Amino acid sequence: MSTDRLTPPSHILRHAALLITGALILIPFVWMVSLSIKPPGEIFRASFSFWPEQFYGIENYTKALTEAPLPQYMLNGIFVCTMIVVLQIVVCAPAAYALAKLDFPGRNLLFGMVLIALILPHEVLSLPLFILGYQIGILNTYAALIFPYIVSPFGIFLLRQFFKTVPDDVIHAARLDGLSELGIVWKIMVPMALPAIIAFGIFSVVGHWNSLFWPLIAVRDQGLMPPPLGIMAFKNEEAGNDYGPLMAASTLVVAPLIIAFLSAQRWFVEGLTGGAVK
Amino acid sequence: MAKISIRNIGKSFGATSVLKGVSLEIADGEFLTLLGPSGCGKSTLLRILAGLEVQSGGSLAIGDRVVDGIRPKRRDVAMVFQSYALYPHMTVQENMALPLRMRRLSAWQRLPLMGELLPGTTATTAEIERDVTRTAKSLSIGHLLARKPGQLSGGQRQRVAVGRAMVRQPAVFLMDEPLSNLDAKLRVQMRAEIKELHQRLGVTFVYVTHDQSEAMTMSDRVAVMLDGELLQVAPPQEIYADPDDLRVAEFIGSPKINILQATLRSDGLADASGTSFTVAAGLAPGSTLSLGIRPEAFHLVDASKDNVLTGSVRLVEHMGSDLYVHLDVPGADHPLVARLLAERAPQIVSGQTLHLGVKPERLLLFAADGRRLRPDGNTKANVLQIKERV
Amino acid sequence: MSTASFTGPDPAGSSTNTAETRKALRNHRFAETLAAWSLAGPALVLLVILFFLPVFAVFGIALTDWQFGASTLSFVGFGNFKEVFSDEGFRASLTNTLLYVAIVVPGTIVLGLVIALLIESGKSLRAFYRAIHFLPFMATLTAMAIAWEALLHPTLGLVNQTLAAVGLPTANWLRDENTVLPVLAVIGVWQNLGYAMVLFLAGLKSIPQDLYDAADIDGADLWLDRLRTVTLPMLGPVTMFVFIVVALRAFETFDTVQVLTRGGPGHASEMLLYTLYRESFEYLRTGYGASVAVVFLFIVVALTLIQARVMDKRVHYQ
Repeated sequence: MSTDRLTPPSHILRHAALLITGALILIPFVWMVSLSIKPPGEIFRASFSFWPEQFYGIENYTKALTEAPLPQYMLNGIFVCTMIVVLQIVVCAPAAYALAKLDFPGRNLLFGMVLIALILPHEVLSLPLFILGYQIGILNTYAALIFPYIVSPFGIFLLRQFFKTVPDDVIHAARLDGLSELGIVWKIMVPMALPAIIAFGIFSVVGHWNSLFWPLIAVRDQGLMPPPLGIMAFKNEEAGNDYGPLMAASTLVVAPLIIAFLSAQRWFVEGLTGGAVK
Repeated sequence: MAKISIRNIGKSFGATSVLKGVSLEIADGEFLTLLGPSGCGKSTLLRILAGLEVQSGGSLAIGDRVVDGIRPKRRDVAMVFQSYALYPHMTVQENMALPLRMRRLSAWQRLPLMGELLPGTTATTAEIERDVTRTAKSLSIGHLLARKPGQLSGGQRQRVAVGRAMVRQPAVFLMDEPLSNLDAKLRVQMRAEIKELHQRLGVTFVYVTHDQSEAMTMSDRVAVMLDGELLQVAPPQEIYADPDDLRVAEFIGSPKINILQATLRSDGLADASGTSFTVAAGLAPGSTLSLGIRPEAFHLVDASKDNVLTGSVRLVEHMGSDLYVHLDVPGADHPLVARLLAERAPQIVSGQTLHLGVKPERLLLFAADGRRLRPDGNTKANVLQIKERV
Repeated sequence: MSTASFTGPDPAGSSTNTAETRKALRNHRFAETLAAWSLAGPALVLLVILFFLPVFAVFGIALTDWQFGASTLSFVGFGNFKEVFSDEGFRASLTNTLLYVAIVVPGTIVLGLVIALLIESGKSLRAFYRAIHFLPFMATLTAMAIAWEALLHPTLGLVNQTLAAVGLPTANWLRDENTVLPVLAVIGVWQNLGYAMVLFLAGLKSIPQDLYDAADIDGADLWLDRLRTVTLPMLGPVTMFVFIVVALRAFETFDTVQVLTRGGPGHASEMLLYTLYRESFEYLRTGYGASVAVVFLFIVVALTLIQARVMDKRVHYQ
C-alpha cells in the first residue's frame, strides 16, 4: 500500500527514460528483423527505414529454411533439450529426495559433492568429457550432445531445497498408505514440487537451446547440429555477407524462446534467476 | 500541547471504504487505544495520523495545527511499528540518531566525509550523540548502542524502536501493535513499561491493538472500531460494563457475553428461552430485542422462576478460582457460559440440571439493530458524560 | 534439521531396549540407508563420472605434454603452466578477460540498478518494461551476435550510418584492436543487464514498507535520503550476489568471441574460454589446453568462495 510518491512530471520522466533504454535494448532485435525482410539491394543501401520498400521476407525466409537445414537444426535442438531435461529430472529428483528427507550415512558427503560440482564450470570439464566421448565412440552423435548434462548439480540442489519444505508427515502418511520410496518421489514429491520442476525445466531448456560451446566440440555433422551451432555454420559457409537469409535464420532461432518468454514471463524470470527471485 | 482532533476522516481504497467518517477528540497527554479486529481500519487511521497515508475526506489537527497534507516529519509525531522497522544495516546508536540527524543537520552537513568539514557539524553531531546516549540509558539499552538490530533479542529491538521514537521528544507517540511480535511473558512486562513511559513523558499516546487485555490495562480511554466505524469511546471499565452497542459487548470480555433473543410481551416482561425477564426498555410490545448477560452476572438459585434460566450442564471448565459452566438452554443457539466462584459452587457435573439467576439490573438490553437500550431511554448518556469529563 | 527418517529420533536415550528391539531398529536403519543409496546412486555415479573424474583428469593432463591423438606422452610437471604464463597470446587473453570483466560488471550493475529503480518508482507498465529489458538475457546469443555484427558493419551498419549522419567519426568496430574489446563488453552489458535488473527488482520488492514509513517519520523523506537511508543499504546482499554472478558470466564469455572476432584482430579480443577452446580442440594441444582450463577453474572457484564468504559475513544483516 505504498503511496505513489512521484509527481506527474517525474512520471513522464520515468516513462521517457525507460522507453529510451528499452528502445536501445531492442535495436539489435529490430535491426535483425528489419534486415530479414529486405532485399539485398536495400540492405546494401545506406538507409534507416525499418520497413523495406520491396518486401523480400518470403524469399529470405524460404532461403533460410531451404539452403541451410534450419528445420533440422530446430528439431535437433528440441530433441536434445527434451532428452536432457527429462533425464535430469529422472536422475535428480530421487537423489534430491534422499538428500532432503532421508537420514543415511554419507548424506553430508554426497551433498558436499553436489555443492562442489555446482561450482565447476562445464567448460573446464570439456576436455576430459571429449576424450571420454571419443573412447566410448559416441562423438558426433546425439548422445554426445546429451551425456555431459544427464546429472545436474543445480537440479539436485534446487529440488532438495524445495523438497525440504514438504512436511514430513506427508511422507509418513504415504509410507503408511504403502507407497515405496520411489513411489513417494514420483507420486508425492514431484507433483508437490511442480513449480520448482517447471522453473528448473525452463532454466535447463533455455541454457541448452542457447549453448554453443559444447556442441561445437561434440558434433561435426550438419544433420546433428543444434540451432546456435547450425546458424554459425550457416554464417561461415553459405551466407557470408548475404545478410537477408542469415537474419531470417537468426530470427527463426531466437523466436521460439522469445515467444515462450513473453507468454510465461513470470516462470521464465523465476527459472532463469535460479530461484534467487522469490 | 498536543491534543488531536480527528474530524470525519474517511478513507477508501478503490471501491472499498476502510474508514467511514471517523471523528474523535484525543486530549493532551491521554493514552488512547484504538481497539478492533484486524481489518477494522484502526491501523489505517493511525497511518493517516502519522501522515503515511492521505485521507480521502475529513480533516485532522494535532495541537492547534491542521496537519492535512503536511509531511510526516513536520507533524511532530513518532511511531513505533509492529515490525519495529529498525534499519538493519545501522547500529542502535545510528538508528536512534537518524531522526535527530535528519532534523538538526542540513543536507550538506549529512554528506559523508565532506559534511564533517562544514561549520557546526561536529558540534551538532556531538550533541546528537549525547541525546541518544541519555535516551538509551533511560531505557537501559545503553550497553547495546554499538550493536546492530540483527544481534538483539525481540525485547531489546522493541526498546530500541521506542528509543528511536523517544529521542526527539515528539508531541505524540503512535504505536502500531508494538507488542504483538513478543512472547506472552515479555508482552506483559513491556505493557507495564510502556504504561510507565507514558506516565513519565506525559505526552499523548495513540496505541493500536487487537488485543483487548492490552487495551484494558494500558488505556485512559479505549476507542472500539469495527468495519471502519467508531462504535464507542470510553474508559476501559465503562466499555466493559456499559457498552453502547451489541458488537462492542461481544468484542470485549472473555469468555464472551451471552446473548439471548427475546420478545417483549404486553405486560412489559421479555420472553427468552422459556423464561420471563424483567426489562425496562421503553419499547412497544411485540418488539424483539437481545439480552446480554456477562458470564459473571449469573448466580446459582434453587428453582425455576422469573429471571432464572434452566438447562442441563454440558461442560465444566475449572480455572482455579473460577468455574466456567457451559449450559444447554432450550431455545438458545449456543450453550450459555456462566462464570461462578469455585468456592461458592457445589460439585457441578455435566448432565445435571442447573438454575441460573440474573438480577434485572445486570441485564444489558440491545435493540434489534444492535443499539444499546438503557432504562432512561437515553442511549448516548455515557458518551455525553465522558465528553464533559475530558 | 528434520528428516522423515524411518525410525524417527534416535531412541538411544531410553536404553531399556531388548536385544530384539535393537536388532529390529538396526534392520530398519539398514533399510533406510539402502533405500537412500539406491535413490541417490545413479546421481552419485554420474556425478563421479561426469564431474569429479574429469576434474582430476584435467589436473593430470595439465602436467603432461599430450597432444590429442598422439600415442605417447610424457610428464612435464609444471612445464605447461610455465609455457602458459610466458605465452604472449595467453597473457593477452588473461588481460583482455580481466579488462572485459572490469567493464561488464560495473556497467551491468549500474545500469541494471538504475533501470530497476526507475521501474519500481512507478506503478504503470512495470511488466512491460521488465520484459523488454530482460529479453536479451534469454535470446540465443549466437544468433544475436550475428545481428550485432550487422549493426556494427563498417558500411551498412546502423551504428556507423547514425554516427556519419550526425558527423561523428566512424570505426570498423570489430576489426579495430582499440575498439573490439569495448564493443564486446557493450554486448556483454546489453545481454546481462536485464538479469541484474530482475535480481534488483526482487531485492527492492523485499524491502519492508515499514522501513520506508519509519524513514518518512524520521524525516528521511526526500528521494535521495530514502535511497541512502533505506534502499541502497538494503540492496547490499543482492548487489553482492549480482556482482559475483555477472562476473562469473563475464569470465565465461565465449559465444560472441567465437562468432564475431575469433580473438582477433591479433590477440585484441582473445579471452580465456576462447583460448581454452582453440588450444584444446583446434590446435589439439591437449596438455596446454588443460592447463589453461586449470587456470580458469582457479579464477572461477576463487570468485565463488569470495561470494560464499562475503554473503555469510558482511552483507547479511539479520
